Amino acid sequence: MNALELKGVSKAFGEHEVLKGIDLEVGEHDVVCVIGASGSGKSTLLRCVNLLEPIDEGRIFVEGREVTAPGVDANQVRRGIGIVFQAYNLFPHMTVLRNVTLAPREVLGRSRAEAEADAVELLRRFGLADKRDDYPDRLSGGQQQRVAIVRALAMRPQLMLLDEVTSALDPELVGEVLNVIRELAAGGMTMLIATHEMGFAREIADQVCFLDEGVILEHGPPSQIFSAPREARTRQFLQRIVEAGRL
Amino acid sequence: MRKALLALPLLLLLVLLASSCGGDDDGGSAGGTTTTEQASCEKGSLDLVTPGQLTIGTDNPAFPPWFEGTKEFEPWDPTTPPTKKGYEAETAYAIARELGFTDDEVKWTVVPFNQSFRPGPKDFDFDINQISYKPERAKAVDFSDSYYDVEQAVVTVEGSAIANAKSIAELKDAKLGAQIGTTSLEAINNQIEPSSEPSVYDTNNDAVSALKAKQVDGIVVDFPTALFMAAVQIDNGKVVGRLPAQEGGEYFGVVLQKDSTLTGCVNEALARVKDAGTLDELEQKWLTGSAPVLE
Amino acid sequence: MAHRQRAGSRVAGSRSSRILGGGGAGRSTLIAAASTIAFFGILVLVVVNAPGWPEVRESFFDRQIFQESIRDIAPKLLVNIRMFLIAEVFILVFGLAIAVLRSLPGPVFFPVRLLSVAYTDFFRGVPTILVIYLFGFGVPALGLSGVPNSPFFWGVASLVLVYSAYVSEVYRAGIDSIHPSQDAAARSLGLTHAQSLRFVIVPQAVRRVIPPLLNDFIGLQKDTALVALIGPVEAFRQSQIEVAGSFDYTPYFATALLFVLMTIPLARFTDWLVARQRRRTR
Repeated sequence: MNALELKGVSKAFGEHEVLKGIDLEVGEHDVVCVIGASGSGKSTLLRCVNLLEPIDEGRIFVEGREVTAPGVDANQVRRGIGIVFQAYNLFPHMTVLRNVTLAPREVLGRSRAEAEADAVELLRRFGLADKRDDYPDRLSGGQQQRVAIVRALAMRPQLMLLDEVTSALDPELVGEVLNVIRELAAGGMTMLIATHEMGFAREIADQVCFLDEGVILEHGPPSQIFSAPREARTRQFLQRIVEAGRL
Repeated sequence: MRKALLALPLLLLLVLLASSCGGDDDGGSAGGTTTTEQASCEKGSLDLVTPGQLTIGTDNPAFPPWFEGTKEFEPWDPTTPPTKKGYEAETAYAIARELGFTDDEVKWTVVPFNQSFRPGPKDFDFDINQISYKPERAKAVDFSDSYYDVEQAVVTVEGSAIANAKSIAELKDAKLGAQIGTTSLEAINNQIEPSSEPSVYDTNNDAVSALKAKQVDGIVVDFPTALFMAAVQIDNGKVVGRLPAQEGGEYFGVVLQKDSTLTGCVNEALARVKDAGTLDELEQKWLTGSAPVLE
Repeated sequence: MAHRQRAGSRVAGSRSSRILGGGGAGRSTLIAAASTIAFFGILVLVVVNAPGWPEVRESFFDRQIFQESIRDIAPKLLVNIRMFLIAEVFILVFGLAIAVLRSLPGPVFFPVRLLSVAYTDFFRGVPTILVIYLFGFGVPALGLSGVPNSPFFWGVASLVLVYSAYVSEVYRAGIDSIHPSQDAAARSLGLTHAQSLRFVIVPQAVRRVIPPLLNDFIGLQKDTALVALIGPVEAFRQSQIEVAGSFDYTPYFATALLFVLMTIPLARFTDWLVARQRRRTR
């Protein structure tokens, strides 16, 4: 059983078709990286997976269960999926600790002591223990993003969606976030990652999908995609990335 | 920037000095002139607001039995054609005729009760609106002699806490109400001295609303108005009784501008109307009714 | 050229301010003080010497009447204070409820949203004084059992009904101003719409709209005077009673002063809160 499956997923915003018939499979413990130009639909894809956006056509299966079926409780589905956005979306009026413990306490019903102990452990694991009582505006971009990842992890999701989580960071802060993701991957977390970091994708992905104008033009292991892409547009895209010095 | 800061007050100084220089009055032309002897009350030589016309003020609506609309027991709207019905209406026309005006030369204007006896210039020749003479009011305006001697009375609804009161003492624990600025309100405070503060309303209508809503047990108004309220305005209304007349008595007079040259003439006209027995007739016609005096 | 000029004046400024005994800032303060004194001094002189001033002073600023009326009016201000303290508590709660009801998504909640819109449209549309008359006299006149008929109650209730409508719009603006990514983040964690509102959106929204909320509160303090129309004697009515006797308007001035003194601390508190907010988000 795949951790995640998309079958024929389409999504349009008004007249504009963003996703046109996406088929995608993410196996348990797999790391799948989605690459593509801005506006190709990467963010929309992730937001559809965790039901933030309703899809127009197709079906989505999480752990074999169809989450796009009528009558499915979206809130419950989202408990099992963690998502981290490009802009960190930490809650500015709460401390780091409260940011992390909010959902486990209110959604999972864990006690304050339990939730805080768990949170502190997670923060410590990712080098943020001393920030627990700080407000997000005191943290650097990289720290905020790591907290956002910890906040998602605190819910013990089966699947993590990462939407260009390093794109808004200063270059020297990117590394600390990538390290966190590496650790997650090493720990066996199933992940679907939209990213511009090609070098990272090459290193970490089990599968790379090239999203071009709403369709997955090409997908395969990183060795194939990055070294021997089949499609012309894939080659063009990668060429531009190389010229930008990012590969 | 610094220069501008200094220039600003200097400029202001110039402007303000210039504006304060003009408009210098010679002595007190406003207010406080000595009363001139009225040489004549001839209609032609009267000092009127609008020459050739006698402008009389009253409130809107003007209530029975003082004024009456086209239908019986209805109030009159002074902006509509005069009906000449009602105690004050007929008294006003009687005075006007004695002054030499025809009925068509009488024009009515609306003056809210509390504004009639405020100091300042008036846009009426006289105002007739159940205004009691009071020395403080007489400092601001002229009063004519009495055209009606007033008693205050308490109005209530059958079945209220005070419906069967026979004495003032029985009113002390009641919640009473009256219109603001009236001798009725003073009567509550000075004669009844209730244990709880009276409720005060902008108009008698509002006081009646409060009575109907059972927010007050009774309201105090002049006796004829009380009769009208009990008979017409309030379902199951009842006049509990009259309050004892105050020392020196209370009376209604018409109000004129302070030191008006008309005051003497109006008093003369009123005296003639009284001597002719007209006021007694009007009283019989409009103001009959009785209620016990509460001691 | 401009640079040199500025530099020159800075040097000149500090030299002369050394002579004057202050820093560069000291000189501006001196000028500010001088011009203020000149301005208001001249204003006072002009007013006091204007024709008609003695009459105006007697009519509005009579010292003896002022002292006497303050003694009678000040205790009545407690009536106003009671009214707005009670009303404000309910207004803050109802206003939020109406705003939240308006934001409930989905077709099933359409009637609730409609009700919320109708409520705010009506109570913002009708003049407050009308509402007070309607509810203050009209409802008790129905004589329904179990319904209170106290004018104080209905006066406060009317103010609550009217101000909740305004305040709900303030909350709504606050809620709308929170970036949708906050709600997205909350929902992504599995929080329900209600939980997202409760823990994430509304706390942030309320912090943002504290100045306009306080503004409405200050307005409420003044509108309590309208309740006098249905009977209760509060500060404004008391001043009316004083004026009716003497025709001197000093009691009105005294009441105005009392109201203003009451709202000044709140206004400065609002300023302080806004400044603190700005410092926090920098």
